[in-house]
Amino acid sequence: MASKQPDRRAFLKRGAALAGGLSLGGVEPALGQTPASDQSDEADDYSTPELIAYGKRSRHVTSVREPVNGRPSPDEFGLVFHIGTPLEEQVGAITPSSLFYFGTTRGSIVPEIDPAEHRLMIHGLVDRELIFTMDELKRFPSVTRLHFIECAGNGSSPRRGRLIESHGMTSCAEWTGVLLSTLLEEAGVQADGTWIVAEGVENVRGASSLPMAKAMDDIIVAYAMNGEPLRPQQGFPLRIVVPGFEGILHVKWLSRIKVVDRFYMTYNDYGHLRQDPDQAALSYQVGPKSVITWPSGGLDLPGAGFYEVRGLAWSGGGVVSRVEVSTDGGENWMDADFRGTPQRMAHTAFSFNWTWDGSEAMLMSRCTDELGQVQPTRAQRKGGLDNSIQPWRVQSNGSVTNGLA
Amino acid sequence: MGSLKLLPVLILLGPAAALAQSPTFGLGRTPGADEVRVWDISISPTGEELPPGQGIATGGARVYRLRCARCHGRDGTEGRAPRLVKRERPADTHPWNLGRILPIRAPYATAVWDYINRAMPLNREGTLSADEVYQLTALLLYWNEIIAEDEVMDAKSLPLIIMPNRDAWAELPDWKPGTVRLLGYPY
Repeated sequence: MASKQPDRRAFLKRGAALAGGLSLGGVEPALGQTPASDQSDEADDYSTPELIAYGKRSRHVTSVREPVNGRPSPDEFGLVFHIGTPLEEQVGAITPSSLFYFGTTRGSIVPEIDPAEHRLMIHGLVDRELIFTMDELKRFPSVTRLHFIECAGNGSSPRRGRLIESHGMTSCAEWTGVLLSTLLEEAGVQADGTWIVAEGVENVRGASSLPMAKAMDDIIVAYAMNGEPLRPQQGFPLRIVVPGFEGILHVKWLSRIKVVDRFYMTYNDYGHLRQDPDQAALSYQVGPKSVITWPSGGLDLPGAGFYEVRGLAWSGGGVVSRVEVSTDGGENWMDADFRGTPQRMAHTAFSFNWTWDGSEAMLMSRCTDELGQVQPTRAQRKGGLDNSIQPWRVQSNGSVTNGLA
Repeated sequence: MGSLKLLPVLILLGPAAALAQSPTFGLGRTPGADEVRVWDISISPTGEELPPGQGIATGGARVYRLRCARCHGRDGTEGRAPRLVKRERPADTHPWNLGRILPIRAPYATAVWDYINRAMPLNREGTLSADEVYQLTALLLYWNEIIAEDEVMDAKSLPLIIMPNRDAWAELPDWKPGTVRLLGYPY
């Protein structure tokens, strides 16, 4: 094996030289500009048996997640907390599974779970307590839906200059699984079953209380995302997706659902408490929200001229019905175009054709959802997960900075 | 005897109820009672799932030294792990404003027991006995001046503790599908 690789490498170099000759040197500088990518010469061989079996992206594509909210992950105990996704490099509504943001309850260690051993138990105030294997869960009628998940740790701030710092903890995937209502109907919820407690098997055993009305409406017990089994960081082999609700409620590594007659005040619930009833209401279902992802803080525009301004919009209230864009700090608003069909509680990609005249501009976007809820300005926002309008300042030299700073 | 009187009613209702409640897909199996008991670690505010056992703060201090102090520090404030005690409390400070410290902010003492039981010690979760969890809960409540040093914590006494934030939290709204987050709030 070792003796074969130099030959293959030599072959690839010849190929690269040939291509470089044809494209007048276009290949060579590009190769030299990827210090962060895989350094080995073999890395640009995408025809190995391993990569034929399961592919990977080009070494020239280098977007990566990073810990956010000022907390290292893993920390000195090996726990991971808040990992943001580089939305400014995302194209379209779906976040690639390898870049999907993730967070944990308190900080946790991502568990290694054998799906053959994994079980889901439904018990409590039901007529029939039930235990399912993963194979049994996959035999139920399934749903496949696009949904975002966003962590309440997201939020704009003058100190958060880059998009990943203020908005990196929202992502959107196509989820496949069984509706929780299907499983609950199979178990037979008793009349006094008004809440559920959903629990994972990670070391913290993260658990959250959720109202039965939501459980019977649209919660998915998901075993797949983006066409393949869940990733371990996303709860492999089983999680719940609670469309439109704050991220901590989407319990991962799910193994138990207990039907109960009251809010159970779990550790997650305790960490999510608010003193004020209005704040409590706002800290549940995510409000209407959007953000311009490109251009955004930290990027540079090469000069005046045409740009497609791109962004994402979403709402916990349902379908995004309208997105507007302003280039003058909110004086004038113009409708943006949707890229793709907006779906309930899902990221919706939008775009806006903009010819920049080279003078200072302030880019903003504003989302309206099907319930008529409108994304607030920072001054209008009352509470809950920060859904306020994020301004990006485009300076005359092309550099883009946080408009709040 | 009451069940005999109900019998005719049950016969009348029987077939309809059975139709409405029978499983559609017939997948999965029924767990045994023991299986559910072992698996079910949820503790509600009224504490009915709390197991037998008991503990006081002095016992908790011994367990704490062995199992907790390495990360949380000798007295619950100086470790690398989150602090467990707030000793300096300016007069008239609302307990909510003393920080996110579980044994202070938790509206029910059962939440303290539950968290220690399910999530501590890190990487050794599930190795504390019920007595040890009662002891540690008693210690943290004593350190935070909520109970006396010799107060016995068990399945009966723990749910009765009046925590400083017992009434300081807002109930979640009665959520309904397809509704705005907050009536009268356009955002």
